[in-house]
Amino acid sequence: MTVQTWTYILVGLTFALYIGIAIWSRAGSTKEFYVAGGGVSPLANGMATAADWMSAASFISMAGIIAFAGYDGSVYLMGWTGGYVLLALLLAPYLRKFGKFTVPDFIGDRYYSKTARIVAVICALIVSFTYVAGQMRGVGVVFSRFLQVDINSGVIIGMVIVLFYAVLGGMKGITYTQVAQYCVLIFAFMVPAIFISIQMTGNPIPQLGMGATVNDGSGLYLLEKLDGLSTELGFNNYTDGSKSTIDIFTITLALMVGTAGLPHVIVRFFTVKKVKDARKSAGLALLLIAILYTTAPAVAVFAKTNLINTVSNQSYANMPEWFKNWEGTGLLTFDDKNNDGKIQYVADKTKNELTIDNDIMVLANPEIANLPAWVIALVAAGGLAAALSTAAGLLLVISSSVSHDLIKKIIKPNISDKGELWAARISATIAVIIAGYFGINPPGFVAAVVALAFGLAAASFFPAIVLGIFYKKMNKEGAIAGMVVGILLMLFYMTKFKFGWFGGGTPADYWFNFGKGGISPEGFGSIAMIANFIVALVVMRFTPEPPQDVQDIVEDIRIPSGAKEATGH
Amino acid sequence: MSEKQKKATAYWKENVRYLIILLSIWFAVSYGAGILFKETLDQIQIGGFKLGFWFAQQGSIYVFVILIFVYVRLMNKLDKKYGYNE
Repeated sequence: MTVQTWTYILVGLTFALYIGIAIWSRAGSTKEFYVAGGGVSPLANGMATAADWMSAASFISMAGIIAFAGYDGSVYLMGWTGGYVLLALLLAPYLRKFGKFTVPDFIGDRYYSKTARIVAVICALIVSFTYVAGQMRGVGVVFSRFLQVDINSGVIIGMVIVLFYAVLGGMKGITYTQVAQYCVLIFAFMVPAIFISIQMTGNPIPQLGMGATVNDGSGLYLLEKLDGLSTELGFNNYTDGSKSTIDIFTITLALMVGTAGLPHVIVRFFTVKKVKDARKSAGLALLLIAILYTTAPAVAVFAKTNLINTVSNQSYANMPEWFKNWEGTGLLTFDDKNNDGKIQYVADKTKNELTIDNDIMVLANPEIANLPAWVIALVAAGGLAAALSTAAGLLLVISSSVSHDLIKKIIKPNISDKGELWAARISATIAVIIAGYFGINPPGFVAAVVALAFGLAAASFFPAIVLGIFYKKMNKEGAIAGMVVGILLMLFYMTKFKFGWFGGGTPADYWFNFGKGGISPEGFGSIAMIANFIVALVVMRFTPEPPQDVQDIVEDIRIPSGAKEATGH
Repeated sequence: MSEKQKKATAYWKENVRYLIILLSIWFAVSYGAGILFKETLDQIQIGGFKLGFWFAQQGSIYVFVILIFVYVRLMNKLDKKYGYNE
């Protein structure tokens, strides 16, 4: 059977599975819609969190980015996993004990203020929308390459599927489909990785294969060989990278803190029964995520070595079929500058003849390694599972921010449970349509902004929540001032260096440059987060203490026992 | 201060102590071994891996997973000690 047939079969089967689960687990009340009824087991929640978390970016792009960035790519590996330690130790158990539906719920109640709640809702919407548009785009890319439909139809098919189970099932439907999606995506990621690891090093475990000797009889370690190939072509040593240490440090920090501050990740911990379960499911989630995140750097090394071996200084006429296939999508281009009919892939931009998009490394890897057709199709199904599960989780945050935090808590407090459920479904529908619109007509800055969603989350939510739990005397004036300064500072730096507003600037103008280069916008979230903390702590000194009943709430959330079911009242 | 409050304060103090210890390890393996001292650790080679590079792309992630499970165990014990388990 051809790749095309296999892809139709596997994608069709997995979609039927997701829809079946959605019908079986549809939501009947707002509590089921927002927090899946609050009775999800730690393992199911861990799997759902992992699927929710691992987006099209983790599945499709990350290994490719690492393959081209080498050591510099470590920021994503450490940043997107280390955040779970912060989440498990500093946030999840206490937020579960607090027992509400959403992140703005916590901010609004802890800081006894509608203003704080509204600021939190706005931050949640900015963060989630920037993120979801990228997911819909990912769905479109997979559809267009593997099912030969154009990107726009791909986005629309994806929209209909997500709409179906997010609107019908709410958190309950999403949680159980995400469990299935986790299984699909991890299987799809590991199978080709194991095959290629055996091919190149003889070791079936990619994490070990990465540090093993190459199978080509040279006796060299794989990483040594790749370092050698890279420097030969004029690139940096693969294991060294080129970013300044301060940039690596701040980007890692912004990604870690941003992960812990992302609303669609935090709400997952409202769905378990007890505080104890919240801690355990954070651990399980990271374990399940780590399987992919420790394999990705190995895939990056295999793919980069394979790529250089296949193309470097080889004649263009002899290129295998995958090369032509990907040329068709425009993600891989060859320009024979010196007209010798051979491919020069080198660091020197004036002589380099090959441009490769990061995204195709994972998708093309099975083809480059000559794996069977069903493995290639499996990767397509896995990429779709990753993109759809994340999109659904984000849509839920958007719809609950509108129906619960805005309509129920601010605009129309006496709305019935049924009315609120309808409001939630309608806002989810509108959110899908907006997200789909951005997927079809991506504003040029989407890709740039997705990475910055972390900076925004780090600069706004993380300090407010941590101070709310660990510092009883933190008051509303401090928290609001901190969030506003944090998110505005981040928006300023991001628009200045990414879109050229406020006079613009080049990387040479980055702030905090101590000789080796300053902090890029991706890392600036760390600075904005520190500013948030400082402003909050200073403003607090000059404004009144929080009322006694709020201080009592803080005492109460620190004690794990007696967690009531999550409520919105 | 009532007996109940004293117990809650003592529990919280122990909890914060655990957090400080665990987060110091979290910082040491990622920002320490993987970033600040990466070049020094790269002098040491284990199998095909330079040690600093290994911490940045593999080791720190393994330690993160272990840290959370150690935390879960410690807290379950602590909850029991203070009678907050359920």
